[in-house]
Amino acid sequence: MTEIENSERRVVSVIVVNEASVLSRITDLFSGRGYNITSLTVAPIPDSKYSRLTIVTSGSVRVIEQITKQLHKLIPVLRVYEHCDLVEKEMALVKFPITENVSDIAALCDAYNGKIVNVSDDMIITMVADEPKRVDNFLSMVKRYNPKEIVRSGAVALER
Amino acid sequence: MQISGAQMVIEALIAEGVDTVFGYPGGAIMNVYDEIYKQTDFHHILTRHEQAAVHAAEGYAKASGKVGVAMITSGPGFTNAVTGLADAYMDSIPLVVISGQVPMSLIGTDAFQEIDAVGISRSCTKHNYLVTDASDLARVLKEAFYIAASGRPGPVHVDIPKDVTAQIATFDYSKPVELETYKPHTKGNPRQVKKAMEAIAKAKRPLFYLGGGIINSNASYEVRELVAKTQIPAVETFMARGVLSYDDPHLISMLGMHGSYAANMAMSETDLVIALGARFDDRVTGKLSEFAKNAGVIHVDIDPASISKLVNADFPIVGDVRSVVKDMLAHVGNINPSRYETWRETIANFDELHPLTFHEDTDRIKPQWVVKRVGELLGDDANITTDVGQHQMWAAQFYPFTRPRQWTSSGGLGTMGFGFPAAMGVKSATPDKISINFTGDGSILMNCQELMTAVEKKLPVINIILNNNYLGMVRQWQTLFYDKRHSETDLSVQPDFVKLAEAFGGIGYRVTTKEEFDAALKDAVEKNIVAFIDVVVERLENVMPMVPSGGSLFNMMLLEKKEKK
Repeated sequence: MTEIENSERRVVSVIVVNEASVLSRITDLFSGRGYNITSLTVAPIPDSKYSRLTIVTSGSVRVIEQITKQLHKLIPVLRVYEHCDLVEKEMALVKFPITENVSDIAALCDAYNGKIVNVSDDMIITMVADEPKRVDNFLSMVKRYNPKEIVRSGAVALER
Repeated sequence: MQISGAQMVIEALIAEGVDTVFGYPGGAIMNVYDEIYKQTDFHHILTRHEQAAVHAAEGYAKASGKVGVAMITSGPGFTNAVTGLADAYMDSIPLVVISGQVPMSLIGTDAFQEIDAVGISRSCTKHNYLVTDASDLARVLKEAFYIAASGRPGPVHVDIPKDVTAQIATFDYSKPVELETYKPHTKGNPRQVKKAMEAIAKAKRPLFYLGGGIINSNASYEVRELVAKTQIPAVETFMARGVLSYDDPHLISMLGMHGSYAANMAMSETDLVIALGARFDDRVTGKLSEFAKNAGVIHVDIDPASISKLVNADFPIVGDVRSVVKDMLAHVGNINPSRYETWRETIANFDELHPLTFHEDTDRIKPQWVVKRVGELLGDDANITTDVGQHQMWAAQFYPFTRPRQWTSSGGLGTMGFGFPAAMGVKSATPDKISINFTGDGSILMNCQELMTAVEKKLPVINIILNNNYLGMVRQWQTLFYDKRHSETDLSVQPDFVKLAEAFGGIGYRVTTKEEFDAALKDAVEKNIVAFIDVVVERLENVMPMVPSGGSLFNMMLLEKKEKK
């Protein structure tokens, strides 16, 4: 049932009991059934016994439906949100040589909800936080400033 | 009460009403075995291999409808058991498998007989646990039994480090299971059920597609009633043999790769598939795009993930088959059985054109004849298990099944070596029935060490070896699809199966004629000890009909017609 055609990017949010090996259960499910993970973030939900995962994946409608159902089938999974109206954000950290045009970089960061967060003798580190697509844009725009290292957080999302 | 982790395991098994545990001791599980030694509430059956312990527990669970229990040690004990876990997972068999683990202080140090057991079992169990504190044991074991048996059943693995079985803690088994995240849905949506029944009433050529889920949910007698009242023809999957009796006038036969011509044609021609506890496995559907192409689909299953996984369901109904079929029976008055008269005739014509049969031979024994003959001689008195291969398909095709839980075979995983230990489990669950294991000369050698268990524990399984000196099913594919290059499937070099059985204290027969077979079977039943009946059968017999892998159901290779003499 690997249907490559009509593969769509999807964000799936999963609420799980925060217990040992729960993350492996999720990732094993994806690898075992041949589903993609583009990004995955996980953190405990404050003041509860649950954690929330945000998984960015892709697949045909049928594959996404199976992913949702198979996730539900795992015993420690409380809820799966898929195909919801979501607010989605991602963070990226980028390191530039200080010899680049720092004021231009700072201005760009500003346009993407970001700023310079660290300055050392030879490097600056910037952060931006925006929708994943906008983060893509930012990263392609700053290529000309010779970024030395890029870290993306993966998307987090919350249904409206 | 304050007791050790090992004692907790015993107390939990007793509280769950377990009467038989299959297992094999070893270092990390010794504390528990010490407690087994001290108790008298349940039997422990020592198999001679951990894989066999799990298969025996599967057989026990299939025949009894209860949760099967197996116990093994860490490391190789556990890895040997993995095939059994995977087999139970594929066939939705409720098991609790308890393994020992190295002490907590040694986990992660590559200790002697250490392996990441829960890491390995995660993908082949319904759920698993590593117990890190004895105070969790009562809750974990109670959840394990609950999860194994509820919803879509399956194996649950509980891994317990040695120091946890030694630890003293409070044990209270009376607390009910509280799993906020696991609540199987058993009642079908009444509106969906009503709509489905309306669709059936409107259909011209509806077809019941009966699956193994019916047996798991103990719904066979409700399904028999539904079929009788609607008079709609029915096909069974391999796993569903025995849901309807073989002589039910509405049962066509098994469908799928080795299904009957009429069953596969009915599925290809139907305008409404009524799937009950079946999962549209590739061995059933053949080429998906051609499967029941013009039909609507009603799909009743307790596992939402099975619905619309492979074939889109027009009427999805999530629920326990038994509960849903009962609800369907309430609407049965709106269905006029005479409406499907022409459809029944069409199917009867299919069956007349290419009946499920084989060519008898006067000189040599045909393997199908053996299955048929056992059916004639033992019929309802026998419970049937099989190994995997040609003999398995012949058993499914030709045995006259009369009741659910009469049939136990490794369907999903197709595990050679399953049959004999499973038959021991079946026998221990249903001692009043004769336990027959149809096997092949390939399969029986995977787990023939269980002769020792069967002799010791007086489990008189009759193993009927359909001996063609080949790995027959692979040989059949090689003959048909690999230009007769019989690569590594010739099993001409064989043990003396009679002596092999006798060496363990069982009884053996080698049979080359039909008369000898009848005499051997009669003798084995009378002697009531574990037996091998080595039946020399036609070497190059193929299982027919056959839908080649990936082909359409209606494109079957058929039994060649013989000229009438």
